Amino acid sequence: MSLLPYIVAVWLFLVGLYGIVTSRNFIHLVMCLAILQSSTYVFLLAVGYRIGAGPPVFANVPVGTPAVDPVVQALLLTDIVVEATVVALLLSFAVQVHRNTATLDPEKVVELEG
Amino acid sequence: MNRRVRRWFFLICACAIFGLFVSAVRQMPTFGHYRGPYGDILNRETVYERHITDVVTAVNFDWRGIDTLGEESILFLSVIGTLVLLRKPSSEVNDSHDENDTADKRKGREIPLPSAATRVATLGLVGPLVVFGLYIVAHGHLTPGGGFQGGVILATAPLLVYLAGDLKSFKRIANHETVQIGEALGLLGFLILGLPGMIRGGAYLRNVLPLGTSGHVFSGGMIAPINVCTGVAVSAGLVAVTYVFLEHTLETRLRGRR
Amino acid sequence: MLVLQATILIFVAITATAVVFTRQPVRQVVGLSFYGIILGLLFFILQAPDVALSQITIGAVALPLMFMLSLAKIRRDAEERKRREESEHRREAA
Repeated sequence: MSLLPYIVAVWLFLVGLYGIVTSRNFIHLVMCLAILQSSTYVFLLAVGYRIGAGPPVFANVPVGTPAVDPVVQALLLTDIVVEATVVALLLSFAVQVHRNTATLDPEKVVELEG
Repeated sequence: MNRRVRRWFFLICACAIFGLFVSAVRQMPTFGHYRGPYGDILNRETVYERHITDVVTAVNFDWRGIDTLGEESILFLSVIGTLVLLRKPSSEVNDSHDENDTADKRKGREIPLPSAATRVATLGLVGPLVVFGLYIVAHGHLTPGGGFQGGVILATAPLLVYLAGDLKSFKRIANHETVQIGEALGLLGFLILGLPGMIRGGAYLRNVLPLGTSGHVFSGGMIAPINVCTGVAVSAGLVAVTYVFLEHTLETRLRGRR
Repeated sequence: MLVLQATILIFVAITATAVVFTRQPVRQVVGLSFYGIILGLLFFILQAPDVALSQITIGAVALPLMFMLSLAKIRRDAEERKRREESEHRREAA
């Protein structure tokens, strides 16, 4: 159990990377990139977790109650929202590629340009 | 490189990454036994020093506020990039007026209005959704939530209008100048809110407002205004992006309706 | 608690694998939305309500929406290109 979250994180990373390497469609590729990125979420939260501790919010509990690490959570929070707009940017690149070359296959696009 | 070579190359590299990663992770504190000092210090001191009960928000907008400013400018730039890439060139706008046989207008492909039940349910949800989004933004320093999450929730409200089939209202809301201005003002507001601290001789983004009683809505000093600015920037950015993706479909559907 | 965490972690890994190996983008988007919800659930269980909130709004709603919209846009572009080519063919034949 103590290694499972880390192994899941590296599995997400490798699966996403595999999808990117073998992708034949830019939309599919961007989705695999989103999966790859989520490996960092799992990894960071696993690093900051503490068994039996509560969330780092002290609205209803007194200060000093055991809580998990707030720093990694703050890192993730902004990253997830920024991911959405970066994905939008990548998708608009894909739309432009399709508009100019009539294909979404990375290999064919390279052939056309080379 | 052909596909089979590439796949083998990937498999070898993946095994190497997996091995190295696992051997690295074995040296780390085991899962569930976080022992770094920073999180504990923040958890102990934030409520006393900043009068904020949600430590995550405090880390985001106070302890590492400049970092968040950087993240927000990434968001801003990718929204601008998407708008620039997907905006229709002016020649295409003129062209599209005389294509009378667009797919959506062909016989048998008329898009029906959503059913009355859908319309009532979605339009009825718009109000509560906006209130909920504003609540999440405004209570970011007290309970889980804040400008980023609340902004996304607010950005889905115009989409409900679109789902209800009220295309003209959706266009009026999402294509309004206020969306673009709001996007810019959100980031600008964050930038400007950092200045008073410097004027008073402190660091950028240093708190200058009274801290208030922790647990109240008006507490935590600068966090609440910065949260509101972030909420405005995030929601306006997402609305602008979804509108630019929907623009073409919307135009043809509006013309077909007339 | 640990059993629950382990179950959801394994579920996350399985869903991610399924999303990557679905080669048809429209089906993959539905899978991605499901994956977003599961990931949000995992964040809740790892005591990160802030992150879970933003993951559920982004991962389950905003991201799939953008993929769907760009797929629709690409299909529309393809249809338009086909129509333009057909009319050019007709003009050449005439």
